[in-house]
Amino acid sequence: MTADDERAATPHPALWGVLYRSSMPFWDSVKRHELELQRCSGCQRWLTPPRPMCPNCQSAESEWVKVSGNGTIYSWVTYAESPHEGFDSPHTVVLVELDEGPRLVSMPVDIPEADLEIGMRVSVLYEDIDEDLTLFKFERAA
Amino acid sequence: MKSIKDTTAIVGVATTDFSTDSGRTEYSLACEVIKAAVDDAGLRLDQIDGMVKDVVDGIDAMYVQKALGMETLSYSSDSHWGTSPLLNAVTAIASGTANYVVYFRSANNGSGKRAGSDFRAAKETKDESLDLIRYDFYSPFGLLTPAGMIGMGVRRYYDDYGIDPAQIGWVPVVCSEHAAANPHAIFFDAPIGHDDYLASDVVVDPLRRLDCAPEVDGAIAVVITSAERAKDLADTPAVVMSVAQGTSTEGENLSSYNREVLSRLPEMELMGRELFRVAGIGPSDISVAQLDDRFAPLVPMQLEALGFCGEGEGAAFCEGGDALRVGGRLALNTNGGFLGEGLLARHERDRGGPPDPWHLDQPGRRRGVGAGGHRCGWPCGRSDPAPVAITAIATATAGAGGASRWAGFIDRASTPEVVAA
Amino acid sequence: MTIEYVPGIPILKASLDDDNRPFWEAVNRHELVLQRCGACKLYLQPPRPMCPECHSMDTLEWVESPGRGEIYSYVNFTTDRMAYPAMKVPYSVVLVELEEGVRLVSNMIDLEPDEVKIGIPVEVVFDDISDDLTLFKFKVRES
Repeated sequence: MTADDERAATPHPALWGVLYRSSMPFWDSVKRHELELQRCSGCQRWLTPPRPMCPNCQSAESEWVKVSGNGTIYSWVTYAESPHEGFDSPHTVVLVELDEGPRLVSMPVDIPEADLEIGMRVSVLYEDIDEDLTLFKFERAA
Repeated sequence: MKSIKDTTAIVGVATTDFSTDSGRTEYSLACEVIKAAVDDAGLRLDQIDGMVKDVVDGIDAMYVQKALGMETLSYSSDSHWGTSPLLNAVTAIASGTANYVVYFRSANNGSGKRAGSDFRAAKETKDESLDLIRYDFYSPFGLLTPAGMIGMGVRRYYDDYGIDPAQIGWVPVVCSEHAAANPHAIFFDAPIGHDDYLASDVVVDPLRRLDCAPEVDGAIAVVITSAERAKDLADTPAVVMSVAQGTSTEGENLSSYNREVLSRLPEMELMGRELFRVAGIGPSDISVAQLDDRFAPLVPMQLEALGFCGEGEGAAFCEGGDALRVGGRLALNTNGGFLGEGLLARHERDRGGPPDPWHLDQPGRRRGVGAGGHRCGWPCGRSDPAPVAITAIATATAGAGGASRWAGFIDRASTPEVVAA
Repeated sequence: MTIEYVPGIPILKASLDDDNRPFWEAVNRHELVLQRCGACKLYLQPPRPMCPECHSMDTLEWVESPGRGEIYSYVNFTTDRMAYPAMKVPYSVVLVELEEGVRLVSNMIDLEPDEVKIGIPVEVVFDDISDDLTLFKFKVRES
């Protein structure tokens, strides 16, 4: 992907907050109910969060690679009171380590906080919030 | 290569009152505090020729100059996200670019904009280099506050090293004791007990309310000059033995989630190594530490990163509190720390970022308006015979994911006040 | 009136803080006030929290101004490209030096852009643009 491609990507509003240009291919993939992450074309290092150059080999060439969506719970936090009216209380946010390596912040689906454990196997699912936004979340792996 | 060791000194410090609502502009607070710090140094404002500020503070150095009437600033810079403003000032003086540098912060953090509505409106597309937090990867999932962002790393710290979170309670306990003895600290009229910590609400699991420092309104300033010029001034200067900063790859302001482990502070390790190298001393020489206690679990993590104890041993170091009390192995935040004096660190909220609901709503902790000694001014274990204090406060990057860290050593042997800015 | 506003585009209002609030509140009352240090009598524009001369913060006061002065400089906006969208081009923005010595940015109500010249004597007038916006402007003064 080149800088021109980045600029050409269609902006779409994310839920609460800003969207960064280099993230757009990621969010576009989520909209298609896939997870594509940026990987350096030179040394195959994952670039998460996305960035214009590989910190390992300084290559500016990267590709968006589909990942399995399977991983484990790496950490989580639970807000006693939701930090925003858009979420219920208590509100749990998970940090998932994908089998491919990168970690993503997300939300658990149908996993009570009491059941959460570091290392628990999870897999991705998608939720179409509205026309503009699809979120990826994680549920207990089958 | 020339060393900055012992080449500069802090000769003036000042704070405004600290409060939960200053009722004044940050501009006004900045002017007051800079004048007070320059007065404290026994200097005139027209002698100040350098200025360092924090990039997140709204007040521009040229505006301050416009009100303070300085002739010219031959050096000015913005320190950002925990890079070291003291290092900026020290290098400006050591290089001969400026003679007298003021570093100031001015922020209405306690009463300032608490967005809530702001960040919802911030649906925009921009270049990610403008932010150090990749909000698009966090906000959609409701990870919206510093406490939440830091909580991820704290949980891993507890889990990786088998730490009982109750052990962390000794940090706010000791800070409350020190704050209660500090007339400038506006929180903690009286020390709390460890039971109070355990009874404190879990606000963002794994963090309790008493793990989180409240934010305040106020301003601080310090005046730095060469050790040579400092000799001409009336008061005993605080000679800067060492100052350093560190940054580490895959760093983000509070959310370095894609680095190898979240349970350590690589920036702090790098910074500490440089700090000790320049000073030519080691952790065993230090007996006072002003560490970043914006979130209490950061204290044991910093103790480990700086080599005061082994990896994973920080919580045990804090257990019981004795090691952290004045006179103990390493007196911690003798002013009460951010937990006791409040935090003066604006963050994303002011730029349309998420609100921080923890900053003031701390029942039983608020003391209302009072005098403040934020990060400077309060004698640091005056009775303690140790020659050196370490000050390691990241101005805006508190957290396991802090993108950078900075700290300075100040030779305290002849120093009336130790600055921890 | 030589300034024409484009309907539907909001005119920017000053963001008020402790430093500038007295100024704009006076304008709403059709008065021009200037910040001055009561100790050393220095006029301060823009307003600020400390006198740069004597460094006092509590001697700052607001004094009424007759709003007399002359055009010190000006710029004429002639194309939409560089102009403020709420105002129809061409329009002139003047920098008026008041008799007190401070300078204010404003518009003339009775001069077309090609009539504006440095040195023209002017005096203040007030323009109630809408229910919640009053601006100070200037007109030619008989000298």
